[in-house]
Amino acid sequence: MTIRPEQQAVIRGFGSSQVGRRLPVSEMALTVDACLAALNDAGVSRDDIDGLATFPGGGFDTPGLAGPGADEVHAALGLRTNWKYGGPEGGQLGGFFSACLAVATGLARHVLVYRTVGEASAQGAAGRAGTLSASADTAVSGFRRWLAPFDAHSPANWIALFAQRHMHEFGTSREHLGAIAVNNRHNAGLNPDAVYRTPLTLEDYYAARMITTPFGMYDCDVPCDGSVAFVVSHVDTADDGPHCSIGIESIGWAMRHRPLWDQWTDMTEMAAWDAAAHLWERSDLTPADIDQVQLYDGFSFLPLVWLEALRFCGKGESGPFLASGKQIALDGPLPLNTGGGQLSAGRLHGCGLLYEACVQLADRGGDRQAGRPSTVAVGVGGGPTAGAALLVRR
Amino acid sequence: MRGDKAAPAPIRLLSRPAPTPDEAEFWRAGAEGQLRIQRCDACRQWQHPPNPVCQHCLSRDLAFETVSGNGSVYTFTVNHQPWLPHLTEPYAVIVVELDEQPGLRFVSRIVDTSVDDVTIGMRVQVVFHPLGDGLFAPLFTAARRDA
Repeated sequence: MTIRPEQQAVIRGFGSSQVGRRLPVSEMALTVDACLAALNDAGVSRDDIDGLATFPGGGFDTPGLAGPGADEVHAALGLRTNWKYGGPEGGQLGGFFSACLAVATGLARHVLVYRTVGEASAQGAAGRAGTLSASADTAVSGFRRWLAPFDAHSPANWIALFAQRHMHEFGTSREHLGAIAVNNRHNAGLNPDAVYRTPLTLEDYYAARMITTPFGMYDCDVPCDGSVAFVVSHVDTADDGPHCSIGIESIGWAMRHRPLWDQWTDMTEMAAWDAAAHLWERSDLTPADIDQVQLYDGFSFLPLVWLEALRFCGKGESGPFLASGKQIALDGPLPLNTGGGQLSAGRLHGCGLLYEACVQLADRGGDRQAGRPSTVAVGVGGGPTAGAALLVRR
Repeated sequence: MRGDKAAPAPIRLLSRPAPTPDEAEFWRAGAEGQLRIQRCDACRQWQHPPNPVCQHCLSRDLAFETVSGNGSVYTFTVNHQPWLPHLTEPYAVIVVELDEQPGLRFVSRIVDTSVDDVTIGMRVQVVFHPLGDGLFAPLFTAARRDA
């Protein structure tokens, strides 16, 4: 068997700050909470940390999106690193993937990986408009210059375009999207750290106001304040901590199309298909070997894309796969977003799903623990961004 | 019954792109009422967005050519959320596929047409809306029967 670089790394510990709506603390305070919790969980001291990685890193002008940059966290925690990385273009799991590679190549031994958001506080009472309107009168650069002049202002619009095409070609319906929303809210009800925990019915789902067809309010995830952190260590140290480390079977990081929102060749697919194909190319496991999934649900439609991309069902068949909700329930054959996902637990921008995979593999899910999984597939990203990982019990 | 449909939302676009020099012609050609798309002189493929190289054959010989402005709705979404104060909802955002080449697409907006009439496959034709600074947004309206 070929040894892959990611198999030279393990997740030795993980931690989270409080996650919530408009928390009265700074993004740095949340970050420090998560990082210190992860160090403690890993049994790794601050002085042992010689690498630091994050997504998307500093320098972003969208309030609340990025959290503190790697340099700021480096300084705050008094780290001495041999390697450091923060950047947006490798996708939300790019910091984690880079940490695996740094460990495998010997650039670092113990890498602290974190992801912080402060979107709930940044958006304030005005919601998303609070962060959009500041730039409404200035010329739009970057990828938004192909979207904003046509009043496609939100990722909700951009992803709805994919969803509508999927519905058109395959008969996918709002009932199928609602199955994700209801499933995730149910799981969130069993997760004391989730943002929204009150039960949600399909009737509630249909009754909510429309955002952008086919997405209503419950198809869109919850901006939150919070941080999660991981200690990625060399596999040689996997048994040196206070508890079992989590293994990394494979990662999928491929991008085989033009990474542009409106230029995907087949808009019933997304970058997820490339990352998922890469994941299986690099793994000895198959979809039948996977015990549960943590799939990006920034919008309810995205887990459908990931289920198809990862081949848990055929292309176009995710709607019927989800119809009863039983397949993905906590006691079903493929539990999905056991902690409530971003739709109900809060948008930690993919890294919350990586965190929940760790929770489940460490049997720390409490009321939401879905059996004793040996393998968890994590798929993160929507549109032209994607990364996937298979985490395993060691 | 026309009276049962949502009235077309007025356009008051505020967001203006900051085009790179490679893209200026796409955004400025609306001044002459033309939709101009970049085409490779070597392999004859159209491409969008414009770049100083052909993504198909890597030729550097590209030029803008005027296209018919006719196309179909590849996909759409009807937006109801008041993201910005200047918007009037509901309005339809589309991905238009131009007649000139399969997959030659970009995001645009439907105007002068009720959102209730927008469907995938609907035939559309270009109209232009000024953005200031000599730039124009190519928007789309339901095609006339003879288009």
